[in-house]
Amino acid sequence: MSTLAQVLLDGLLAGMLYALVAAGLSLIWGVMDVINFAHGEFLMVAMYLSYWIGFLAHVDPLFSWVASGVFVFLLGVLTYRFLVSRCIGKAAMAPLLATFGLSMFLKNLCLNRFSPNFRILQSTLLEGKKILLGNIVIGMPQLVTGIFSLLLLFALYFLMKKTRLGWAIQATAMDREAAELMGINTDRIYLLVFGLGGACVGIAGGLLTSYLAVHPEVGSLFGLIAFLIVALGGFGSIPGALAAAVIIGLVEALAGFYIAPVFKYVAVFAIYLAVILVRPKGLFGW
Amino acid sequence: MKTRKLETKDWIWIGLIVILAALPLVPGLIGNSFRAHVLILVLLYASMAQSWNIVSGYAGQVSFGHSVFFGIGAYGAGMAVVTYGLTPWPGLLAGAVLAALVSLLISYPCFKLKGHYFAIATFAIVEIFNRLFMVWDWVGGALGLDYPILPDGWKNFVWSETKVGFYYGALGLFILIFGVVRWIETHRLGYYLRAVREGQETAESLGVNSAAVKLSAMAFSAFLAALCGGFFVQYNYRVDPPMVMSLDMSMKFVLITILGGVGNFWGPLLGAAILVPLQEYSRAYLTSLGSGVDLIIFGIIIMLMMIRQPKGIMGILQDFGFKTGQRKPGREEN
Repeated sequence: MSTLAQVLLDGLLAGMLYALVAAGLSLIWGVMDVINFAHGEFLMVAMYLSYWIGFLAHVDPLFSWVASGVFVFLLGVLTYRFLVSRCIGKAAMAPLLATFGLSMFLKNLCLNRFSPNFRILQSTLLEGKKILLGNIVIGMPQLVTGIFSLLLLFALYFLMKKTRLGWAIQATAMDREAAELMGINTDRIYLLVFGLGGACVGIAGGLLTSYLAVHPEVGSLFGLIAFLIVALGGFGSIPGALAAAVIIGLVEALAGFYIAPVFKYVAVFAIYLAVILVRPKGLFGW
Repeated sequence: MKTRKLETKDWIWIGLIVILAALPLVPGLIGNSFRAHVLILVLLYASMAQSWNIVSGYAGQVSFGHSVFFGIGAYGAGMAVVTYGLTPWPGLLAGAVLAALVSLLISYPCFKLKGHYFAIATFAIVEIFNRLFMVWDWVGGALGLDYPILPDGWKNFVWSETKVGFYYGALGLFILIFGVVRWIETHRLGYYLRAVREGQETAESLGVNSAAVKLSAMAFSAFLAALCGGFFVQYNYRVDPPMVMSLDMSMKFVLITILGGVGNFWGPLLGAAILVPLQEYSRAYLTSLGSGVDLIIFGIIIMLMMIRQPKGIMGILQDFGFKTGQRKPGREEN
């Protein structure tokens, strides 16, 4: 019984982090109908930044996530300004392929500069700390990251639903031309949305460094899982992303424990396909 | 069969084949050189990209799952040789037929998905196959299959002394796949495919069975991609899951075609003729700069190309006023 509870808890915490990674992608996809293929690499860049800040300046990931968030926000803004805005509307797949080019560039640049070695921060504040609930072990880094992700998701949801900026973003997502006629600078909204999407994944990456090793391929799997979560939850929907991320996290943990670790992603992708074939627009899609 | 009047495009194609077939007669040009390696890869990747072009360019269903079919073909040939000690030929055929069947099984439900949803579903399929093959002992698992030393010749389709055999093999593949696409282009199926791409509802209202048309395009495409996979494993003397069944391999099908010109007969050849030498030579000569430089350059080219001209090299040629004898490729779905 306690094994099951342990597995479920691990899955839940993983899912909460996935939700933050996916929320950024979902926002971009929902507002602009663009898939940012470099999303996973944004995460990798944030992790490297957080690692180097921790390694060289001895700032803990618990504090340096601000820097990661700001840095990837800027990376997102630059990506939109110099890449995505120039190929949007030309051909349906052009932004996807352009950001794929960016992901190749970033991944191999890091491979070239930082070698393919796995790097992990030593002696972070939360390292090795855990809470014991009966037989259940909760790792402090995972718990803090999970709860932090959840709080940020609420903040993002609040921003979208309750502020004028959020309304402007929603209006732009619904109908770009009409929003423009209402006096919304939609180009700036797009720019901001790309930045915000980057900031979400940047913060997630910054926090991740406290318990996960960074290497040039680290973003690929996270990116792929984020695509699945967004498609599963229905694009543009933050509650959808959270629900889908928790489902994915739980499936991953359960399949990894009860079937075999090698089958956990097979199960994740199979669940995704099963759901998407029944509901082609995702669980919360419209 | 009705004979068709040969157009300029057919004459250019025939001329090209004659030139390519005569290349090994030039002394010292092919042999066992690096140049031969690059030429073989150009022909191989052009063929792969052209097989993808059938379903994604002409029919507009952008698939990121072609490495699955490529991989099944590769494993077909590889297992015939390594596991069963046969020649690769029966395995190649079995792999290609199996790939076509798998493609039908996958596409039948997935064609209901639109736009990005279809693309992401095909990513998921690649990952499932990759991970299953990694742990499936019957196909060699993560270690893959390594070829034993075999006598040279067409029977085993391996050559160790010179690459001329492989060159003619790749040329055969190139002729077959470009021939099939040219045939499709000029026959009823090609018109149906383009009609479905431009507007599925309109095509259906005119009596085109769009589901059957898309499925047949997918089956053709998967069969031909699997043949390329069989060649790839023979040429490398080994196969493992990341080599053939990965997102990176899938992206090669997509990028070469897109950079050349999607939905265009010459696009895959142009894309391969520019990208393959660039990648191979930068990998060979820029190693002093560290690993990954070839892919950094590749990434930059993709970004620049998408910014300047998403229709690829064919689009640039059209900008300069070259006639391609074909409608510009239309918008993709979504």
